[in-house]
Amino acid sequence: MMASLSRLRLASPEGVGLLLLAAYAAYGLFWLGSIDERDRLFFYEVTLSGLLAGVMYSLVALGFVLIFKSSGIFNFSQGVMALFAGLFLTGFMNDFGVPAFLAIPLTVAVMVAVAFAVERFVLRHLVNQEPIILFMATIGLAFVLEGVGDILWGSDVKPLDVGLPRGASDFLLDGYGLYVEKLEIAAAAVAAVLVVALSLFSQYTRIGRALRAVADDHQAALSVGISLRTIWVIVWSIAGAVALVAGIMWGSKSGVQFSLALIALKALPVLILGGFTSIPGAILGGLIIGVGEKWAEIYLGEVMNALFGLNASWFTAIENWFAYVLALAFLLVRPQGLFGEKIIERV
Amino acid sequence: MKKTIAAFIAATALAGPASAELVFAGLDYRTGPYAPNGIPFADGYADYFTLLQERDGGIGGEPIRYLTCETAYNTEQGVECYESTKGEGVLVYQPLSTGITYQLIPKATQDKIPLHTMGYGRTSAANGAVFPYIFNYPGTYWDAASVIVKHMLDVEGGSLQGKKVALVYHNSAYGKEPIRTLESLAEKHGFELSLLPVDHPGQEQKATWLQVRRDRPDFVTMWGWGVMNQVAVQEAASIRFPMDRFIGVWWSASENDVIPAGDGADGYKAVTFHGVGDDFPIYDEIRRHVVDTGKAAGDGSNLGTVLYNRGLVAAMWAAEAARTAQEMHGVSAITPEMMRDGMEALDVDEARLAELGLPNFTVPVKVSCANHGGPGKGMIQQWSAADRKWSIITDFIDSDREVIDPLIEADSSAYASEAGITPRDCN
Repeated sequence: MMASLSRLRLASPEGVGLLLLAAYAAYGLFWLGSIDERDRLFFYEVTLSGLLAGVMYSLVALGFVLIFKSSGIFNFSQGVMALFAGLFLTGFMNDFGVPAFLAIPLTVAVMVAVAFAVERFVLRHLVNQEPIILFMATIGLAFVLEGVGDILWGSDVKPLDVGLPRGASDFLLDGYGLYVEKLEIAAAAVAAVLVVALSLFSQYTRIGRALRAVADDHQAALSVGISLRTIWVIVWSIAGAVALVAGIMWGSKSGVQFSLALIALKALPVLILGGFTSIPGAILGGLIIGVGEKWAEIYLGEVMNALFGLNASWFTAIENWFAYVLALAFLLVRPQGLFGEKIIERV
Repeated sequence: MKKTIAAFIAATALAGPASAELVFAGLDYRTGPYAPNGIPFADGYADYFTLLQERDGGIGGEPIRYLTCETAYNTEQGVECYESTKGEGVLVYQPLSTGITYQLIPKATQDKIPLHTMGYGRTSAANGAVFPYIFNYPGTYWDAASVIVKHMLDVEGGSLQGKKVALVYHNSAYGKEPIRTLESLAEKHGFELSLLPVDHPGQEQKATWLQVRRDRPDFVTMWGWGVMNQVAVQEAASIRFPMDRFIGVWWSASENDVIPAGDGADGYKAVTFHGVGDDFPIYDEIRRHVVDTGKAAGDGSNLGTVLYNRGLVAAMWAAEAARTAQEMHGVSAITPEMMRDGMEALDVDEARLAELGLPNFTVPVKVSCANHGGPGKGMIQQWSAADRKWSIITDFIDSDREVIDPLIEADSSAYASEAGITPRDCN
């Protein structure tokens, strides 16, 4: 990315984008200096909450990236996998009284079994098919996993408590007047650990290097004896474990329930922005989307009213779709996403 | 092969709907993101009809046939369910969705099949002169809004002058329904109303609750559904909003909505129009005739929950309307049009409720040609996190007719002129 920055030309779309961003940042700093202390504190609160919400989105996006990076499959069922893992975890804990420290590895085992089943019954039969076929297969997989989860565990809301802290941080709220959720701080810490662990795994382990080889070139990897099937099982297992982490974080917030599957919709703009093949991109994309949508929800109405005299209430409940607007605007400037690989095809 | 097909067609024709049956339909949602709320309601609604069938052999000697169709709380699917089942002779539909209701109002009116949109749907359908086939007794969203504001007045010692009230609402036809009434009530009582919409499904509401934290309203009221409720209660607890000043509509008041928030939900309030728990004689009957015989719609775990009770009370009013229609027309095999007449003449007082095993369970309801909305009263229930149960903390509170009636009149008149309807003469 630094290399591309050094080659940046102001006349290019990226240059224009960067100029707009700089102008926006300058205006933001000027505005921040002009508001009173209470509003400034609120702005910091919004920004911090946006960043932490972004981390929650990134946890879902990470699973997409892992699978796409190693197999070129856009796994539509990633959100449902988070739900599926959450259902098994709460099932083990609430229905069978298994403590969290045992229920979590048991659920990981279930997700590994799912990975084996996906490879055996879906992917193995679709080798060399078009990406759209594989994508459609993951849509089918989403429905299967949702249906199986419903049959096994039912559709009611399942409270989840694995011992994660909840509520506002007393330290920040009482000491500095800042409202930050303890659960989201925990999610940020977990996301940081995940990224470091995944990076170390892919850089320094034999399997990790094999994963990278498959990601770079399937055919070349096969020619040096790397088993594609084994790699797929490993990748889907890791994505299953990441889905479990996302399921725990989101499930701790609102209970495990079928709307959890819809969090995948929150991950899509993150992927568009961060790039489909970059783990740091998923994190950074999440942070940008999280902050962007919170700023838009709270401030865009006021800005539009001040600049164009538009009714501020028209710009409420916009955070869901604004995330996509932000991602699409970004696409205009950098189609491959922040860290995505630029594809050049010669004809 | 031809013989097989012919036999199949003949068998299908013979198995068609028998004319001497009372057909009721559950437009359920047991799947999708709103299933946790749809299931207990569907169970309660179905179990009451099963009870009547198993214990009494139906209603007025006529057996009951109960159909179900899955809507997944999706408007298009709901309309498909209606279209695919109306030919079965369904006497009344209970869509359990404001979105589906809005689509069905013109269709059901044309088909002459009554809709009971109990405490949801289009509020101005309470004007029976304009909406002869739509009923929303025992109360409407506007009644709920008014009852909530009256409770706020009680808490504040009779005045809301200069106070701030925030409405956190599902950004849909359902969630927007109370806005008009709350605006009028804000004008009348001098409070400042702020509107905070939350998009479907409501999994992420941080921006909304940051605004609540910034604006520091004296009360927050909520029109939520599904996961939106659980997240809102959790977020309110997290920002330390006083839960006894957070009051939801009756669709934001189930056990599902508060249990995930744990102790933080303690003190949360909501308006309701029926009792809580299973301490009513009818539950002995349901256990004996429905649950213990394995004929319950669910696994029996929802008995006595808020939404199960709501399904139960909805079915009770439907069955009583059918009984009324049978008496009015002197026939046991009634048609949907006769059912409509029964609904319009429905009169379930406290004595009748006691006979049905539901003493003091809900408000007495008397429907008329002009008033399809019923008495419009509500009580306030409050959640105890320690006991993990709701308690009723007020008597029935009357809604503010002075504000609501003119709004109903204006909205229904506008609908009538838009749809080219000449209102009936209800005098």
